[in-house]
Amino acid sequence: MRKVYLDYSATTPLDECVFEAMKPYFTEKFGNANSLHCFGREGANAVDAARRKIAELLKVKPTEIYFTSGGTESDNWALKGIASAYSQKGKRIIVSSIEHAAMLASAEQLEKSGYDVVYLPVNDMGVVLPEYLEKAITDDTSLVSVMAANNEIGTLQPIKELCEIAHRHGALFHTDAVQAMGSVPVDIRGWNVDLLTFSAHKFYGPKGIGALYIKSGIKPDKFVTGGHQERSMRGGTTNVPAVVGMAEALKLALDNLEDNSSKVKELRDYFVKSIEQRVPYVVYNGDRLHRLPQNANFAFEFIEGESLLLRLDMAGIACSSGSACSSGSLDPSHVLLATGLPIEKAHGSIRFSFGKYTTKEDVDYVIEQVVKAVEDLRKLSPLFSEFKGEKQYV
Amino acid sequence: MYNEKVMNEFSNPQNVGELPDANGVGTVGNATCGDIMKIFMKIDENDVIQDVSFQTFGCAAAIATSSVATRMIKGKTIEEALKVTNRQVVESLGGLPAQKLHCSVLAEEAIKAAVHDYLENYKKQKA
Repeated sequence: MRKVYLDYSATTPLDECVFEAMKPYFTEKFGNANSLHCFGREGANAVDAARRKIAELLKVKPTEIYFTSGGTESDNWALKGIASAYSQKGKRIIVSSIEHAAMLASAEQLEKSGYDVVYLPVNDMGVVLPEYLEKAITDDTSLVSVMAANNEIGTLQPIKELCEIAHRHGALFHTDAVQAMGSVPVDIRGWNVDLLTFSAHKFYGPKGIGALYIKSGIKPDKFVTGGHQERSMRGGTTNVPAVVGMAEALKLALDNLEDNSSKVKELRDYFVKSIEQRVPYVVYNGDRLHRLPQNANFAFEFIEGESLLLRLDMAGIACSSGSACSSGSLDPSHVLLATGLPIEKAHGSIRFSFGKYTTKEDVDYVIEQVVKAVEDLRKLSPLFSEFKGEKQYV
Repeated sequence: MYNEKVMNEFSNPQNVGELPDANGVGTVGNATCGDIMKIFMKIDENDVIQDVSFQTFGCAAAIATSSVATRMIKGKTIEEALKVTNRQVVESLGGLPAQKLHCSVLAEEAIKAAVHDYLENYKKQKA
């Protein structure tokens, strides 16, 4: 059976070149980067080189890059570390209502420990308009966090404008750029953000490694305490092969950003156009223009997302309903609900995310299968029968 | 997440669609919760369920439980059908994930609702 992976926003396969770059650090160059001997120095040199490479690619200083275990840890650290370290400035924290669970769950914890957390609304396209922040921000706000691109509907946020507003009120600004990095330009200096999260496995790097960019002079409290790794800010034996892999993956991603993104966008646009032409009663969720090139998210009316996802899975197609992190939950996506999508349509929403290995043939196959699966499930749906006004019961 | 039995039932659901000559129809659940189950029954003068079908808006578990529930009651009397419990539905599917057990409750309720509709709206009118 044909297999098509359209869940690149959940994770990406490791690029072969990245794998090759990592390999020696699992076996012959295995030293602990904190050891003083030559084995350790070999690891330390690799980590230093990777940090310099990442900093150069992002046009920041190497000392501003802190390696973590991934996006979730970076988000946790940014939010909790800044909230506690800057609580003298005030106890108000502002996050958008469509953040990843890593942010929202951390924000809830802060609320429980007495912080005043404000959740910014979004418009029907999923955009945090600057005026929303203007209304919510006060001079006792210590941190504002809005993701650069949403993981479910791909909406890109006006980070530069939001950041300016935060700074005008003396608040720091963090952005979760996990989905944006390697997919759209991420301009740390231009945006002027204070902290930024990214994660390697979203751009063909390994899992279990990410980073938090922390602007010089900003000092969040430590989150993972332990050894002297990461300038004593984040303890734990450095995952040398993963760090090497992340640097290599980021270089590949940014060197080929325009080519990959335009190719992916072309396939995505073709898919969206075809689905809209061939499947009646669909809603294209999110913003058509300010959107990640790899993201498509549809609400298929009258059917439920999980059953569509599993039908497609049976045809060898991998996609997702909501985000992978929230599967297992029965609640519809908080992101779609925040955009004002009615709850029954949110239940029927599916995300397709494209990547550099997706082909036109893949997309054609998926279109056919989606058309078929939606038709089949609508035949089963009492809502669709009612909608068509068929005679139900005499 | 789901076992093979559930997946088979979901991929090849039985007794699908509307019964044009149904004389008992039960609908339970709502779109907000993400599950609607509708069961159609054609019941003869001896109270035997001659034919049964379903339509379901919901997850794979909801579709699988609807399908298996209709198979369990086909050819049975309404009295026997009313004795079908959600636990039996789950057992005949070889188990369901904990967060999906409510789907089997919906199936039991849908059967009851259809029989109730038959007794209240069809049989009484005929009598």
